[in-house]
Amino acid sequence: MDPMTLTVTTGSPLVKRGLAEMLKGGVIMDVVTPDQARIAEDAGAVAVMALERVPADIRAQGGVARMSDPDLIAEIIEAVSIPVMAKARIGHFVEAQVLQHLKVDYIDESEVLSPADYAHHIDKHAFTVPFVCGATNLGEALRRIAEGAAMIRSKGEAGTGDVSEATKHIRTIRHEIAVLKATYASSPDELYVAAKELQAPYDLVREVAESGTLPVVLFTAGGVATPADAALMMQLGADGVFVGSGIFKSGDPTRRAAAIVKATALFSDPAAIAEASRGLGEAMVGISVADLPAPHRLAERGW
Amino acid sequence: MNPTPVTSGVGAVASDALGFTKVADLIRGRSGGRPQRRAALPGQGDGVELPGGRGSPTVGVLALQGGVQEHVRLLQELGARTVLVRVPADLEGADGPRVDALVLPGGESSTIDRLLRSFGTFEPLRRAIADGVPTLGTCAGLVLLAREVLDAAPGQRSLGVLDVAVRRNAFGPQLDSAEVDLATTLGPARVAFIRAPRVEAAGPQVEVLARRGQGIVAVRQGAVTGVAFHPELTGEPLFHRRLLATRRG
Repeated sequence: MDPMTLTVTTGSPLVKRGLAEMLKGGVIMDVVTPDQARIAEDAGAVAVMALERVPADIRAQGGVARMSDPDLIAEIIEAVSIPVMAKARIGHFVEAQVLQHLKVDYIDESEVLSPADYAHHIDKHAFTVPFVCGATNLGEALRRIAEGAAMIRSKGEAGTGDVSEATKHIRTIRHEIAVLKATYASSPDELYVAAKELQAPYDLVREVAESGTLPVVLFTAGGVATPADAALMMQLGADGVFVGSGIFKSGDPTRRAAAIVKATALFSDPAAIAEASRGLGEAMVGISVADLPAPHRLAERGW
Repeated sequence: MNPTPVTSGVGAVASDALGFTKVADLIRGRSGGRPQRRAALPGQGDGVELPGGRGSPTVGVLALQGGVQEHVRLLQELGARTVLVRVPADLEGADGPRVDALVLPGGESSTIDRLLRSFGTFEPLRRAIADGVPTLGTCAGLVLLAREVLDAAPGQRSLGVLDVAVRRNAFGPQLDSAEVDLATTLGPARVAFIRAPRVEAAGPQVEVLARRGQGIVAVRQGAVTGVAFHPELTGEPLFHRRLLATRRG
C-alpha cells in the first residue's frame, strides 16, 4: 500500500462522539463577547458556548430567542483556541446549516432558544458537525441520540441559578438506566415494553440496558452557579458541566470560572472544593424554579 | 480493522459513571467489572513483564480532564494495572514511585496545563518523565510533552520533555476531525484525529513514527512517545503495547 494513500473519514459517529469524550471532566461556559471567551479560556474552560444573551437575560427580556449573529460567532472563534459551540433552535435545521458553515465545533440544539418546530427535532445525521441536545429523562436522551446527537446534556432549568432541576434530571436519567439494567438482568423480554414506554428505539434501549450507560457522553446543565454545584453534578455521575449565566452574572467571573473548573476536576475532594469556594464574591442572584410559572420553564421544550 | 462495536463502545466508557465510586475503585486498582462489549483485541490479556520481573506494570493515567477511561480500558485489556494521577501524591508516595509508566490522555491541553499547575502536579510530572518513566502522550498529551507549543493559549505552558514544536488544532476545526488509516513504523494503525495537533519541528534525537501527508503526527524520543491522534478511541493497541514494553530510560 502506498503509505501516502490514506482513508480519511470525517463526520462519523466515532469522530462526532470523540470530541465530546475529550471534553469530559471539563466545564463549558456560556460567553456573549470575545472578551468573555478569553476569560473563560484563561480560567480553564474546555469549550465555550457563543451566544448573544445568556439564559438569564433571555428569561428576563423575553421575546423570541434565535441563533446568534454570525459576526459574533466568528469573532469568538477567532478569539480563542478551545472549541466553540453555538446554539440553534429546536428543529431549525437551517440555523444548523449556517452554524456548520461558520465552522463551529459543536451545535447545541437548545431549548434555551425559542423552538422552531413543535414536532420535529433536527435530523442530526445529516450534518458533519456534531450536536449536543438537552434531555430531562432517558427516553428523551435516546430519542435525541436516535436523531444523531453525539452528546447529551441534562437540561436543568437554564438561567435560574437554581440547581434543583439539574439534580432532578441527572438523577432521573441515571435511575432510568439502572432500572433498564436490572430489567435486562432479570427479564430481558421486558425490554420491548420498556422501549415502548420510553418512546425510544428498541436497539438503543437494549444497548443501554446491556452496558448500563448512555452510548454518548452525558454532561449536565441548568442552574449551576458555584464550585459545589459543579462537584455535585459530577458526583451524581455527570461527565462534565455546562455553566451558563452562573459565571458572567456573578460578582467576580474570572475567579468563579477558575474555581468551578478546579472543583469539577477534583469533584470528590471536599478539601479542594472548599479551597476553590473561598472568597468568590457574589454568586448570581437567581430565581427559584418553584416560583417560575410553568409556561416559563424552558426544560419543558423538546419532544 | 475497526469493528463497529468500537463506535458504540466509546460512550460506554465515558458515561460509566457511578462516577465517584468507580474512580475510587480504579485508584485502589480494582476493576469496576463493567461488561466488555467490544471485540477482543489482538494480544488481549497478554501479561507484560516488567524489566524487574514483578508482573503487570502499573500505568499512571493523568486524569485531570479528558478522555481518561478509554486509555484505562485499553491498558487493562493489555494486562496492565492502572492508577489515576491528579495530585503529586498519586505519582510518588513515601514508599517511592507509584507508577511504572505514564499516559497523558487527550482533552483540552490548555485546561490540563492550568490544572496541573494549580494542583502542584506540573513539576513532579515533568521530573518523573525527565527521569525516564516511559510515557505515551496522545493529542493534548503530545502538546503537554512538547518543548514548544505554537499558537498556545495565553499563558499556556508545556512540560518540555520531548524535543518538538507542535501546532495545536493544526488540521482545522471539528469539521476536519477524522478517522484515518495510518502507516506507522510500528505497523498500520486505524486512529482518530480530533482537532488534532501536528509536529512542525523535531530535534535530532527525535524519531518519526508516522506522518499524515507531509505532516509529522507520531514521534519518539527515548522512553517518551507522542502521537497527535487517538489510538484509544478506535481501540488501536499498537502504541500502548509499545509503552508497556518500553524500559525505563
